[in-house]
Amino acid sequence: MVSNLAVETENLGRIYKIHGNTREKNVRKELIALQDVNLQVRQGELFGLLGPNGAGKTTLIKILTTLLAPNSGRAFVSGFDVAKEPEKIRPLINMVSGGESSGYGLLTVRENLWMFSQFYGLPSRESYQRIDALLKLVGLEDRIHTKSSDLSTGLRQKMNIVRGFLTDPQVLFLDEPTLGLDVGASRAVRNLIRDWLNQDKTRTLLLTTHYMVEADELCDRVAIINHGRVLALDKPSVLKQSLQREALFEITVSSLNGLNPSALERLPGVGKATCQEVGELSKLNFSLQEEAALAGVINLLTESNVRIMRLDKHEPTLEDVFVNLVGRSMDEIEKEESDDEQG
Amino acid sequence: MMNKVNPLAVMPFEKVSGWRLFVKTVIARAYPRVVGQQREKSWIFFDIFLPMLAVSAYVFVYRAIHAPEEYIGFVVVGGAMTAFWMNIMWSMSMQLYWEKEQGNLALYIMAPNSMMAILLGMALGGMLATFLRAIAIILLGSLLFHVQYAIGNFLQLLGVFFAAMTALYGLGMITASLFLLFGREADHLVQLAQEPVYLVSGFYFPIRSFNFWIAAAASIIPLTLGLDAMRQLVFPSGALLGFLNVNVELSVLLVLCVVFLFGARALLGYMERLAIREGRLTESRR
Repeated sequence: MVSNLAVETENLGRIYKIHGNTREKNVRKELIALQDVNLQVRQGELFGLLGPNGAGKTTLIKILTTLLAPNSGRAFVSGFDVAKEPEKIRPLINMVSGGESSGYGLLTVRENLWMFSQFYGLPSRESYQRIDALLKLVGLEDRIHTKSSDLSTGLRQKMNIVRGFLTDPQVLFLDEPTLGLDVGASRAVRNLIRDWLNQDKTRTLLLTTHYMVEADELCDRVAIINHGRVLALDKPSVLKQSLQREALFEITVSSLNGLNPSALERLPGVGKATCQEVGELSKLNFSLQEEAALAGVINLLTESNVRIMRLDKHEPTLEDVFVNLVGRSMDEIEKEESDDEQG
Repeated sequence: MMNKVNPLAVMPFEKVSGWRLFVKTVIARAYPRVVGQQREKSWIFFDIFLPMLAVSAYVFVYRAIHAPEEYIGFVVVGGAMTAFWMNIMWSMSMQLYWEKEQGNLALYIMAPNSMMAILLGMALGGMLATFLRAIAIILLGSLLFHVQYAIGNFLQLLGVFFAAMTALYGLGMITASLFLLFGREADHLVQLAQEPVYLVSGFYFPIRSFNFWIAAAASIIPLTLGLDAMRQLVFPSGALLGFLNVNVELSVLLVLCVVFLFGARALLGYMERLAIREGRLTESRR
């Protein structure tokens, strides 16, 4: 099947069966990781999957890379069905995950990369040339003969990223590629991604991230995903424009004095409100259907003895789009899930 | 020399596929075992010195009870072959599980290579690396205990050795797939199996000492017959202490080769399908 779509999913679904612990060993629970996901990623596109941890991004990537079978629906990569024709997909793809520890610690960076290149059938001489050149591009040329067990997390991740580009895939899947990288290294990876796509317009890159700024800066289109469902899918600029009808404000306060951000939402003309702790300060973000409603917010804060340090009106970001769709920020969702796991 | 390769441009060469990809994969996966493992010098202590202690203990016992001198040679050859069994149990069998934990297994399955080539590479690499250890034990043991060899048919000896190795690593490939299913419990299974296998496979004495049915049952472990046949071929009185005729043992080993290799292939395919269906390939990272 010839297709100009690099990736296509039709009502894709995946459920994990979770076995209970010792006390509840007969209890079988089900976790819906993906539900009715419909996506179309065009050839040459840099497509972003945005969502908090546990949203279903990695599950989707696993299905598309033929590592996991869907329970319902269908998925195609370069026109081939992931469930029926995995052997046709595998030569065309590669994947790198953030924080992965693949390879062998006793081998050097160069040896590890050579080994993985052989699994894709690259001739050894050309493989070594590409490894050397790619390591230079990511600034790892001085570690070429270092055992990978001696690399720091960030350097190891650079090696993994080189592994992804080494085999010149038609579709590259990057699952949180900048996880654990410092600012400079993350920027270098983003530049590498852009340069790689610019070299050949038939290449496609599917990126998952929970860094909104990264998605905004890199992606042609993004899908916002939460609880296994795609909530929105479009160009970042279009998604942000959808919020333009509302004015977005950020008020920095010293302390909320027990005031719940949801109290703001009960005021007339106020939309979604969230709060983020930044050091000793708190930042209240909220949208207003009309700017006149700002007076009500200020009054409420004053009555609650909340000291306002700063007030900003700002342009919508993908984070605002996410809050508008889900009702909470990604940080809040991840914190709640982390608290649930610990509790 | 300046490197003029543009690594981001479309590759100006073809990737190989088919049997050439299979061979490349076998070699590449064998590489970490052959080269990487030699870099960790602790193997000299764990894989040569410690087995030599066990060999020495049996040698001193046999000398103390005035056992036939061939028994000393039996022990040295058994000690060398123990290295292969240790490699199967502690390295080969646990390997796929360990690969899963590391995140390598998902990358192997996602690549266009055959998983059978990965397993064969693991086996070949393990075999070559262990061969060095086995040779070291043979040389050291022979020098220390003055072992005399009388090889009548070198070709037959080679045939027995390679048949035993092929069947043994075929068995290792099967256990690698099984242990992937058992997960962390596999470690306990290895510990549980180690000593009984040492006993019934006759590493330090001829299995003819057992009754026929125990020896026959132990022959499911390829090293049992391999070791017995090799002892018959390298020691003058070996045939007198052998379990079965060498040709019969070689034939059984060849049957075991076929059974274990095809069994490994079928089991690996099943495990791969199961892992993809149930999402077990990277479950520790999900």
